[in-house]
Amino acid sequence: MKRRLLPRPALSLALFLLWAVLSNAASAATLLLGALLALLLPHIAAPFWPDAPRLARPFVAVRFAARIVWDMLLANVAVARRVVGPLAKLHPAFIEVPLELRDPFAATVLGSIVSLTPGTVSIDVDRERWVLQVHALDAPDPDALIRQIKQHYEAPIREIFSC
Amino acid sequence: MNPLIEFIVSALILLGSLFALLGSVGLARLPDFFTRLHGPTKATTLGVGAMVLASALYFTATRDGLSLHEIAVMVFLFITAPVSAHLLAKAALHRQTGREDEPH
Repeated sequence: MKRRLLPRPALSLALFLLWAVLSNAASAATLLLGALLALLLPHIAAPFWPDAPRLARPFVAVRFAARIVWDMLLANVAVARRVVGPLAKLHPAFIEVPLELRDPFAATVLGSIVSLTPGTVSIDVDRERWVLQVHALDAPDPDALIRQIKQHYEAPIREIFSC
Repeated sequence: MNPLIEFIVSALILLGSLFALLGSVGLARLPDFFTRLHGPTKATTLGVGAMVLASALYFTATRDGLSLHEIAVMVFLFITAPVSAHLLAKAALHRQTGREDEPH
């Protein structure tokens, strides 16, 4: 019964928090409306979600998010230096990262993180070969970048979603 | 307003503008489509991130209660920016291969 009422507890919680944050004022009426939406929307949206993986390790996820923010700061500075520096020294490259995860949602999360980290943009997730296509702004050593993406991002995501 | 908060807000706005500028410089200077894609991702993450943080801080300090809807701006940006970059890159790849197939 509990499962029927809240098919996606994490999504419901996210919706409720988003509603509270958007309305910017925590009056009882807005929070009640938010709770109602958080209850209803996952039911309405359920057909669009193929089968999202379970968030198996929420605390690892929080730590992972903090590290992504830190990585983003570092990468921003690194890319800024390359953008104003001599362009002839850049080594732009297409890179294929072989994936071990086998979940479309987790692969999308990984692709988004790679895109948000400056210096790399994910271009495609090949779901037949399970390869993430990445374009790097400056990758003199592609193998090192592949290793970094796998260790820094793919491994924690696999742990978080246990896939 | 507290001078310390004023200072932090100004610093964040300047930092955000700096990275928005650097993103635009990258867009203008970099040689081809795929390298140019990297400019805007940088501008949205740190540039907008810093400015949004400044806004949250400023309105929290000057008005009653926390101002948190800036977080929603950040969340939506972080969800949509990779998707648009991904689609642009895919479209570019598609057109590139299309051109190579044409007879010269």
